[in-house]
Amino acid sequence: MRALTFAQRNRKEILRDPMTLLFGMILPLLMLWLFSMMAENMPFDLFTLRKLAPAIIVFSFSFITLFTGMLIGRDKSSSFLMRIFSSPMTAIDYLIGYALPLLPVAFIQMAACYGTALLLGMPITYDAIPAFGVLVIISLLYIAFGLFFGTFFTDRQVGAMFAIFVNITTWLSGTWFELDMIGGIFETVAYLLPFAHAVDASRAVFAGDYRAVLTPLVWVIAYTAVIFGTAVWGFRKRMRG
Amino acid sequence: MEIAIKELTKTFKDRVAVDHLSLTIGQGEFFALLGENGAGKTTTIKLLSCLMEPTSGDAIMLGDSISENPQAVKKKLNISPQETAVARNLSVKENLEFIARIYGSDKKEAEQKAEQLMDKFDLKDWAKSKGRTLSGGLERRLSIAMAMISEPEIIFLDEPTVGLDVRARLDLWQILLDLKGQITIILTTHYLEEVEALADRIGIMHKGRLRALGTLDELRKQTGQAKLQDVFLQLTAEEGTG
Ligand SMILES: Nc1ncnc2c1ncn2[C@@H]1O[C@H](COP(=O)(O)OP(=O)(O)OP(=O)(O)O)[C@@H](O)[C@H]1O
Ligand SMILES: [Mg+2]
Repeated sequence: MRALTFAQRNRKEILRDPMTLLFGMILPLLMLWLFSMMAENMPFDLFTLRKLAPAIIVFSFSFITLFTGMLIGRDKSSSFLMRIFSSPMTAIDYLIGYALPLLPVAFIQMAACYGTALLLGMPITYDAIPAFGVLVIISLLYIAFGLFFGTFFTDRQVGAMFAIFVNITTWLSGTWFELDMIGGIFETVAYLLPFAHAVDASRAVFAGDYRAVLTPLVWVIAYTAVIFGTAVWGFRKRMRG
Repeated sequence: MEIAIKELTKTFKDRVAVDHLSLTIGQGEFFALLGENGAGKTTTIKLLSCLMEPTSGDAIMLGDSISENPQAVKKKLNISPQETAVARNLSVKENLEFIARIYGSDKKEAEQKAEQLMDKFDLKDWAKSKGRTLSGGLERRLSIAMAMISEPEIIFLDEPTVGLDVRARLDLWQILLDLKGQITIILTTHYLEEVEALADRIGIMHKGRLRALGTLDELRKQTGQAKLQDVFLQLTAEEGTG
């Protein structure tokens, strides 16, 4: 109950800061449109909508990391967190309260990207239904990263971390180029991180290739659990000063 | 039932912020904690409100230990931090309701309490204004109202009157005087006239240690000074009695 009250506050806090929200919404749509136009002149199929759209949706989730991280970071620097730390809420209440309002944001991002992709000419398939389910799971990974950054860094540091994070998530995810085109250590590292797996899972489920979804999704879920666990641990520690 | 602080100590790296602090504050007492900048007042408040774990020592807050049962302690207290801490994108009313609800009020009760406190703190005209648009003094008033809305048994006010206009300050004094005897109030401030007007007892900290403890009259007698300001300066002087 406390977690829900807190989630409500966080939802208002995020939705009433429309600039960040618009930025996180419009930029991915713009990318989708630009790259899909480039696809016609490209010799490979990476930027065709059926490969591009699932990857851009995952890309848009990196803004969720930013929103979550900034919100927690700001609560820390304004000592708002100190005030509510003296209330009877528990660490889990906090983290659920921070995470929950981001799920509808993720859903809106998915719907907006998918809707735009349809307008640009991507064919409608029933695979979109399970795809949305898989994407919700993937969004949890990015929410967990936000909790992690917000817990361990200040709001200013979160801004800087995000610049690095967004680069890592896109360069090492195979969104802009095929990872096996480069191969070697680069590809190995990319597949040790969860972002390429997230994009693979998203592409596979949109393509209806359900057997190819499982392995990358396990990677994503495992990373989510570890990052979330670390955030809870760090948060507990912070609560005790 | 009282607040019994026993050898409470907090060390940051090599700096001792609170140094073997021992004292007892009675239930319903209005206690003023004084000291120069960096004396350890805020750290003491953070320890007592379970925002930090002590390096050593303990405090029993109306029957519950801060180190053994912080969750029970937290239910009894609320705090108005030194930096006003309000939610930026919530309105005055929403801020108040939010705090009421995380302390367990239902929606209707939270609304009623928010109305009452906006009345008490003259915040009605700003009920719908967002936290980030408030002036410093209004934010301060809201911050104190948020500390009171949970009807705590113990309230910590860390420099609550910084930035308040004359009327708001006197109004707050009146609110605090009305609460006197009902709840335990622990106040820090650098305004000594506030202490004279409100406090039952005064503790003076210096470099983490308790230098003096007593009523205003007792401290006057102890130092031979008439004005609290002189009492304070004498007790916090470097070569003062330890
Ligand atoms: N988180 C922290 N890390 C390291 N040192 C700290 C921390 N918090 C406080 N201190 C140090 O502990 C000492 C006591 O600080 P505290 O904030 O309790 O002082 P104060 O009496 O509230 O002062 P003021 O009147 O300026 O508010 C200071 O020397 C301060 O620098
Ligand atoms: Mg202080």
